[in-house]
Amino acid sequence: MAAQIRKLIVELDETRIEMGRTIDPPTRRALAIAVIANPYAGRYSENLDELVAIGEELGGLLGAKCIAALGIAPGQAHSYGKAAIVGEAGELEHAAAILHPKLGAPLRQAVEKGAALVPSAKKLGGLGTAIDVPLGHKDAAFVRSHFDAIEARVADAPRANEIVVAVAVTDSGRPNPRIGGLQAHEIKGEDGLR
Amino acid sequence: MKMTMIEIRRVHTHVEDIHHEFGPVAAQPLRRGAVCAVLTNPFAGRHVADILPMMDALQPVGIAMAERLRAAMDVPVERIESYGKGAIVGAAGELEHGALWHVPGGYAMRELLGWKGDRAAYAAGKGSPSAGATVGQPGNALAIVPSTKKVGPPGAPLDVPMTHINAAYVRSHFDAIEVRVPGAPRPDEIVFILAMSTGARVHARVGGLKAADIAQWNGLR
Repeated sequence: MAAQIRKLIVELDETRIEMGRTIDPPTRRALAIAVIANPYAGRYSENLDELVAIGEELGGLLGAKCIAALGIAPGQAHSYGKAAIVGEAGELEHAAAILHPKLGAPLRQAVEKGAALVPSAKKLGGLGTAIDVPLGHKDAAFVRSHFDAIEARVADAPRANEIVVAVAVTDSGRPNPRIGGLQAHEIKGEDGLR
Repeated sequence: MKMTMIEIRRVHTHVEDIHHEFGPVAAQPLRRGAVCAVLTNPFAGRHVADILPMMDALQPVGIAMAERLRAAMDVPVERIESYGKGAIVGAAGELEHGALWHVPGGYAMRELLGWKGDRAAYAAGKGSPSAGATVGQPGNALAIVPSTKKVGPPGAPLDVPMTHINAAYVRSHFDAIEVRVPGAPRPDEIVFILAMSTGARVHARVGGLKAADIAQWNGLR
């Protein structure tokens, strides 16, 4: 069954100046969030296939929303991440069912390639609970300038029987990266790590 | 140290589609959005008596933000039915700094939406020529832009009030959108906010003046 979406939210965050230094081009991070009904709320189900299918649907939808908000071609994306907040009548495993089995493939299609693991976070929460969506370079997880996180929060969600699902995509790293490590221009992008 | 009146550090946009709120699913979802500009507060940490020059300097900021919000919402201006504005001042500032947004924020949106009044007259406290008109619709965006402001820490949420752009008493359009920028405002920053939406609350049903019944065209009814 398709995701029953109550709200769909898209945010774009652009940093132009950080600590007095002009960031040129500005760093930009997009966040797309769906508030959906949890089909397994209030009961234990051994099988979580409906949420797995919803994860696949949302990976494509939310990934495309982020790319559209950034106004870039898919190949221009730099980093990505995903997260879910399960309402009080659900369990953490419901977030896992959305995020881990099938969300990644359509998200990788939306950002082109995506050799690296999609970093993730999950929690149980109530209305307005915030989650820090981790961000990592999409083709090489060790790129140090792109380790980041963006906060996702929906004021009136999740209700007890809902799940908040968030995908973040950027076209840049942190504003003033200067702690060394693997640089984006040095990556091979084959094993997803370097 | 450079001291420019306008220094935009961050711009944050938020657009949401509300399909339902546990009632019938809307044929066309309500779209609401907010744009937040994080500016350096040039008056932080001290009392400055004359802060009005910043109100003028903010005018192009307001115009750019209003258009940026409309573009992020991806709708023509004709679809915008309600609006609101707000400001969150960082801890080293005062509430009065947020009040600088009253003219440049509100009139930027009103002009984008087709208001034909005299901004200079309003800024001077002389009201708007469109007020008091009783025959026909003299323009668009006739109603006052509701607002709120506060002093707050980074990530502080602000409930920005929203009302109908042509008649403040349209009951279906009384709304508010919670807006916050994670990490802002720092003590020496101000977050200026504009908000717009495409319609009534998704399941509006408490009666009162309807948008279709606006007749006085005085910004109120």
